[in-house]
Amino acid sequence: MSTWNLGSVERIALGEGRTFRAGDLEVAVFRTRAGQLFATQARCPHKQGPLADGIVGAERVVCPLHAYSFDLRTGCATRESCANLRTYGVEVTGDGDVLLHVDNEQCG
Amino acid sequence: MKRKLVVIGNGMAGARLVEEILLRGGKEHFDIVMFGDEPYGNYNRILLSNVLAGAHDPKDIFINPLRWYEDNDIVLHAGVRATSVDREARVVHGSNGVAEPYDDLVFALGSAPFIPRIEGTKKEGVFVFRTLDDCDAILKYAEGRKSAAIIGGGLLGLEAARGLLLRGLEVHVVHLMTHLMELQLDKMAGAILRRTLIDMGLRIHLEKATCELTGNGKVTGLRFQDGGTLDCDMVVISAGIRPNTDLARAAGLTVARGIVVGDDLASPEDSRIFAIGECAEHAGKTYGLVAPLWDQARVLAERLSQRRPDATYHGSRVATKLKVMGVDLAVMGDREVAGPDDEEITYAESQRGVYKKVIVRDGRIVGAIVLGDPSCTPGLVQAFDRGAEVPDNRAELLFQLDGGAPGKGGARPEDLPDDTQICDCNGVSKGQIVQAVHKGARSLKLLCDATRAGTGCGTCKKQVEALLEYAAGDSKMEDPSVHYYVPGVPLRKSDLVEEIRARGLKSVSSVFVALADGKEDPASKPGLASLLKTIWAKDYVDERDARFINDRVHANIQRDATFSVIPRIYGGVTSPDQLRAIANAADKYDAKMVKITGGQRIDLLGIKKEDLPHVWRDLGMPSGHAYTKAFRTCKTCVGTDFCRYGVGDSTELGILIEKRFQGIESPHKMKLATAGCPRNCSEATTKDLGAVALEGGLWEIYIGGAAGSRVRKGDVLCTVDSHEDVLHYMGRFMQYYRENAKYLERTYDFVERVGIEKVRAVVVDDSEGIGARLDAEIAAAVEAYVDPWQETPHVTQFADTLVPPPASGRELRGELVQLRARASGE
Repeated sequence: MSTWNLGSVERIALGEGRTFRAGDLEVAVFRTRAGQLFATQARCPHKQGPLADGIVGAERVVCPLHAYSFDLRTGCATRESCANLRTYGVEVTGDGDVLLHVDNEQCG
Repeated sequence: MKRKLVVIGNGMAGARLVEEILLRGGKEHFDIVMFGDEPYGNYNRILLSNVLAGAHDPKDIFINPLRWYEDNDIVLHAGVRATSVDREARVVHGSNGVAEPYDDLVFALGSAPFIPRIEGTKKEGVFVFRTLDDCDAILKYAEGRKSAAIIGGGLLGLEAARGLLLRGLEVHVVHLMTHLMELQLDKMAGAILRRTLIDMGLRIHLEKATCELTGNGKVTGLRFQDGGTLDCDMVVISAGIRPNTDLARAAGLTVARGIVVGDDLASPEDSRIFAIGECAEHAGKTYGLVAPLWDQARVLAERLSQRRPDATYHGSRVATKLKVMGVDLAVMGDREVAGPDDEEITYAESQRGVYKKVIVRDGRIVGAIVLGDPSCTPGLVQAFDRGAEVPDNRAELLFQLDGGAPGKGGARPEDLPDDTQICDCNGVSKGQIVQAVHKGARSLKLLCDATRAGTGCGTCKKQVEALLEYAAGDSKMEDPSVHYYVPGVPLRKSDLVEEIRARGLKSVSSVFVALADGKEDPASKPGLASLLKTIWAKDYVDERDARFINDRVHANIQRDATFSVIPRIYGGVTSPDQLRAIANAADKYDAKMVKITGGQRIDLLGIKKEDLPHVWRDLGMPSGHAYTKAFRTCKTCVGTDFCRYGVGDSTELGILIEKRFQGIESPHKMKLATAGCPRNCSEATTKDLGAVALEGGLWEIYIGGAAGSRVRKGDVLCTVDSHEDVLHYMGRFMQYYRENAKYLERTYDFVERVGIEKVRAVVVDDSEGIGARLDAEIAAAVEAYVDPWQETPHVTQFADTLVPPPASGRELRGELVQLRARASGE
């Protein structure tokens, strides 16, 4: 398990996502209007769309390329229409920094 | 606190009601209990005739097997008859001793076969035809027998006849009236149907009153009132139905022919008790067809689920598509003309068994019968349902005069092989679609979501719907969200606009909080953003997360996550300076392709997200909005300055149009063109809006044209004589479209839906007196325009990387990156 500090939560606009690199790993981190944070693999399993550029709401993200949609909590694709996303643990420190937790076998 | 809903009856009405309630999140409101007389789940009673005919296995006709009830936490007392209702205590008692208290109670008991006064109906070999068990008993008895008589030549009787005919029996239909199916057909249609059925091998006896079933213990024949007789080995009585009302009558509710209900579908005696389906009587009418029952289930579900607690039922305009012994039949509204002012259009071709009749009153269809030729049925049903004006050439109602589309577009869904590709965008075959329906995707929305068919350009949606109808038949559902402006807020557009204005909701998140229990449906965000901007113009509170990525970065995302940049080139007229700036930017930011677009502009493709603001700055040109649902461009031809044919200055007009309406958001994109003469080189007649110059200083304004996935010539809105008037009427139409179209409805669908006459009346003749307001609103939108390439975005919106020094130990610094194509080798 390794932990990455992604910097201030303000780097992610409210209700949107941003792509981060943690070592060799690309991760999409989402910040919902309700104040929750979620982290998933950065690209859509369908055609590699950049998920951080998707639209977020009700704990789901919709890929900007072909509108496949995923549960941010579990990574599951809506109605099994696509492969599921890998998800990562993410939290905010008292200073407002985003910490990303990655299991070592998830790297790369 | 959940309420307890008890539904008595697990047939088509009861189960449908529960499905509709579940579709509206009803599980959160109710614990649901059902009583079902038959020991099964819910099956499609209409398909019983196919079971009788051997075309369907009984298990194929189940809509909801017992498992479905478990999965949805519904308690089903299967095989238990409700024996009494104690309204005082609010409890339903069942035949097995169970007592179920209720908060809300629904009677959905259907009806029972009517047995006329005939002697000998208790004999062996005499059946009715209503349930799966009846069907089973008929089939067992028919084994090895030679002939059967069906008493009753209505729809159900003929279906029973077809079943037994296909099982190899000699089948006689004995009917009291002068023609078959007199409830649905006029005399001529009845006569043509009779001929068709006789050709199929049926023996038909009209105007015969049966007075006795003869035989010693077992039935062996019929005796008629006129003294005649008919030998047969078995009898099926199908002489109509009677609503099941005993339970309601015993409970003290008003019962006439059916259980009487008001527009709220509640009993006048007891506001907690409702009735729907064949057992209910509304406004003096009981219904025996499935469509009204669906309407009732939908209204009651809206009320009970609190989606629209004031929803009311006002009777059904019944348009029904049937198959009578395999013959296509559609009937709607009145069967006969009502007076001398009604107009009757008929076509009969008895050799082919074709008969068509339409009754027109005040320019609208009030009734129709179409037998043996389903090609014109969809258009008729649509015109009837909408109360649309009929064309002057009435023949267009009865015949497809455009020849229809060849290939799969024109073929009937059942005739297509399973591997036919239906959705050409996503490569979805007929087989996949049908399979998804059988797995439970019984609404168009569920089906599109499940297979992704119809989610690309959308052209195939009609075919997907046809396949849904074919595969689901009457068990097809309509997702309530199809009527909503966006799926995540349960309101129609007009109601939504009213709520937004009344509550002063100026941001997308405030709409979700006020009108959707705070649940932010991502698919609904861009539509709401578009609507709010139309309503509030410069007072709109922009939230960037409600925007699609294209509208956050003002460029069009490409398959490799790079972007396309198209600067605005007014009217397609550019200059050497602009071209140099574009060329320099293309070099500097490594555009992967430089392309002339169909809208007479230049597209820089393969631009990295982090470079976008720099490209804009270097170009020094405004955004071309080639990425959003808005006014896109106005294509022009050369016009009068150089072209030797030009009769109007189309370039000047095009530039004026583009300068005025650039960036105006709308329900879908708007592509425009101006043509300097009727040769129409800029293709203005197939644009969302177009203007074509005519000799004499005139401009013809076209609206609703299309040359994309659909091709449609626009309708002429009006002809005017100045550039200012073109701008005026175009602006007024745009505002009318912005206010009244559904989200993602192109002008060509909008104009067809509303009708060009209506649009013209409102926009040109100001029939609703809203012209000045429309003008003011569009002027405000024009006023509120700012070039998006000048705005200041969120600090990391375009960010590539932030590279802080790596920390030691387990706490490391991650970088913010822009994803780029792996394929391009970066």
